[in-house]
Amino acid sequence: MTEATGGIEMEEDSAGKVKKFLYVNRKAPYGTIYALESLEVVLIAAAFDQEVSLAFLDDGVYQIVKGQHTKPIDVKNFSPTYRALEGYDIEKLYVEKESMEARGLKQEDFLVPVKVIGAQEMSALMDSQDVILSF
Amino acid sequence: MLHTVNKSPTERNTLESCLKHLTKGSAVLLIEDGVYAALKGTTSTKLVEQALKNYPVFALYPDIEARGLQDRIIDGIKLVDYSGFVDLAVEYPRMQAWL
Repeated sequence: MTEATGGIEMEEDSAGKVKKFLYVNRKAPYGTIYALESLEVVLIAAAFDQEVSLAFLDDGVYQIVKGQHTKPIDVKNFSPTYRALEGYDIEKLYVEKESMEARGLKQEDFLVPVKVIGAQEMSALMDSQDVILSF
Repeated sequence: MLHTVNKSPTERNTLESCLKHLTKGSAVLLIEDGVYAALKGTTSTKLVEQALKNYPVFALYPDIEARGLQDRIIDGIKLVDYSGFVDLAVEYPRMQAWL
């Protein structure tokens, strides 16, 4: 069954147990489909009442930069959706400090409240999860 | 020769390789995720500023706007729209795409 459920175990004896899910976002938003796909899966998963966190590192930090206007390139601007995550009880958003700084960005450049953490803290966060989904 | 770069400099080595192969009369046009190379204050900013001393560097403004980068572009990079892109393609006798 793991294929049908995307590798997520859904055994009967574990039904009802809340697991910790971390979505790892490492790609810039529009050049590839990864960022949008991640967001779609996050929204789907929100229906399952699990403990969800989002991590933004490497070029993934570009996903949540303020001031995106995609009309000129004729693609959907999905950046406002990150602000809607709060309504699905997804409030744990983490940005890796090193990735942010290497790209000349500051915490106030992001369109959602995030917690900025160092790579070491990020490793610990990853290590503490039950399921990691990578995009 | 007009060289286009469409990958982020922190994701691939496309920009670095392109800049290394520029010759007299070359110009660079940053498009798609390549526009992240036009950002101030990043780990690749110095590389681009160095190239700017010898070659014109252009960036496609619609791609910059889409990514929210409009207020943080390196001084000296010339911004073009789609018709400016076409003008460059006409002005330079040949194009090379760095992917």
